[in-house]
Amino acid sequence: MTSTVAGIPAIATVPPIVSHRLARRHTRHIKERIIEFFLFLAAASSVFTTFAIVYILVSESWVFFQQVPLRDFLFDTQWTPLFSDAHYGIMVLLSGTLVSSSVALLVAIPLGTIIAIYLSEFAPFTVREVAKPFLELLGGVPTIIYGYFALLFVTPLLQKIFPELPGFNLLSAGMVMGIMIIPYVSSISEDAMRAVPMNLREGSYAMGATRFQTALRVVTPAALSGIAAAYILGISRAVGETMILAVAAGMQPNLTWNPMEPAATVTAYIVQVALGDLPHGSIGYQTIFAAGLALMLITLFFNILGHLLRKYYRQAY
Amino acid sequence: MVATPIVEVTSAANPQQSKVLKAEVVDLNFHYGSVQALKGINMPLYEKHVTALIGPSGCGKSTLLRCFNRMHDLYPGNRYEGRIKLHPDDTNLLDPKVDPIEVRMRISMVFQKPNPFPKSIYENVAYGLRVRGVSKRSVLDDKVEEALSGAALWGEVKDRLRDLAFNLSGGQQQRLCIARALATDPEILLFDEPTSALDPIATASIEELIGDLKNKITILIVTHNMQQAARVSDFTAYMYIGELVEFDATDTIFIKPKNKQTEDYITGRFG
Repeated sequence: MTSTVAGIPAIATVPPIVSHRLARRHTRHIKERIIEFFLFLAAASSVFTTFAIVYILVSESWVFFQQVPLRDFLFDTQWTPLFSDAHYGIMVLLSGTLVSSSVALLVAIPLGTIIAIYLSEFAPFTVREVAKPFLELLGGVPTIIYGYFALLFVTPLLQKIFPELPGFNLLSAGMVMGIMIIPYVSSISEDAMRAVPMNLREGSYAMGATRFQTALRVVTPAALSGIAAAYILGISRAVGETMILAVAAGMQPNLTWNPMEPAATVTAYIVQVALGDLPHGSIGYQTIFAAGLALMLITLFFNILGHLLRKYYRQAY
Repeated sequence: MVATPIVEVTSAANPQQSKVLKAEVVDLNFHYGSVQALKGINMPLYEKHVTALIGPSGCGKSTLLRCFNRMHDLYPGNRYEGRIKLHPDDTNLLDPKVDPIEVRMRISMVFQKPNPFPKSIYENVAYGLRVRGVSKRSVLDDKVEEALSGAALWGEVKDRLRDLAFNLSGGQQQRLCIARALATDPEILLFDEPTSALDPIATASIEELIGDLKNKITILIVTHNMQQAARVSDFTAYMYIGELVEFDATDTIFIKPKNKQTEDYITGRFG
């Protein structure tokens, strides 16, 4: 490049920078791979945790079922794992869970749905903007506070109506649990309703429908998949709720379908045993894994149901 | 461009004869909040004729259409001035004392995009009757069949009335929406660009349907497609930036408009 023709000075050439740029690209590539790896790790950790929980539950339950036949577990009507005459009928605990969850859902589903319809279809903008954060605050209150609220406020109140109501009972715990679940139901339902396109509402109004008819006959069915998902989430919350029941519903295993009685739920029992001084590895201790597995299967069932409902009602509007 | 419609318009038995007023827009102003969208509109609507509203985007044609069934009442901050008189009883549709629901019971609407409800085909058509409190099965069955036949859809759906309306094609959905609007025997049927979301074949079938319907019902249609206005309407109103520039029989508007601006728009010089 230095030799020139007829004295014309050589054009100064920039040294090739290709390798340099390649090198930078190379480090960038490695950096991206590292970032990618950490992102993958973050995502994998949740999956790994789930599998770990399932593994522990299943393997520990396996030990339990070596000693207690599945038939007894499912059909025995007594739950007395700590007595010398031990019985392991999970039905006893499930009845408590079922009754308290039913009471909670009887409160949360109608109220949550009505609130969602009101906020989405009727409330003026300002009301909605003020009400929603307050409602969501309801879901952020620690459940132990709800538990004492049920025990010390709602139960005495209910005792004025039903004087024979015991101090620990499923009714008051269930009702307060219902109040706790309201924001889960209402918030997701409202989002689903608000996502219904305006032209569907206009179509309904144009037919001479009132606001109420439009909300009930057009918007609600159009938002059904979202509303179903909200209900399922509410059910899962109710079944898995622990503190309110441990505090306000009593801890005695009691096979009952009457909400006016005290009874232990699956979750309350697990708390009781986990906090007690049972030796690890004893059959009494193993029961909490079997109970936990039962609980997880129930919530899994509802999650799958919710998934199927969503798919079934998914509509392309 | 106007060659085919001339034949069709003349076949409409000279609209100027036998024209009876169905509704009358008198000095109508309309405001979206502080924006005035319609300025001093005066326009007749003749019974059992098709009136088309044409004009460039944003001229207020849809806004005018939606005054007829008080759709603007759904949103806050909208304001009407003036009157739309509905004959024969001379009701002012825009009177605040007149319940918009009463207005919508008499005047049906078909929207730009087909908007069937998340219900069966049958329940979609029965909707207007149900919100009016009709629940007798035999009445509903008859009305649903009548409306679906009127919308030229009965033959295609009579064996699957229980299917979800979403399973129909776009053109069928729009005819379903027309059936839904017809089922309540409205006095006026409003169409807001009913074919803009449809393919040419579905468009042709809707246009044909509008031609059939005008024997029974008064029709007001907004369209951005001038050929469509020429094909389906008896009268045409040309609007520009919130004002009604010219209203006349469709053949007059398309062959010898009085206003230069109308002529420019019709001949495609702007818009």
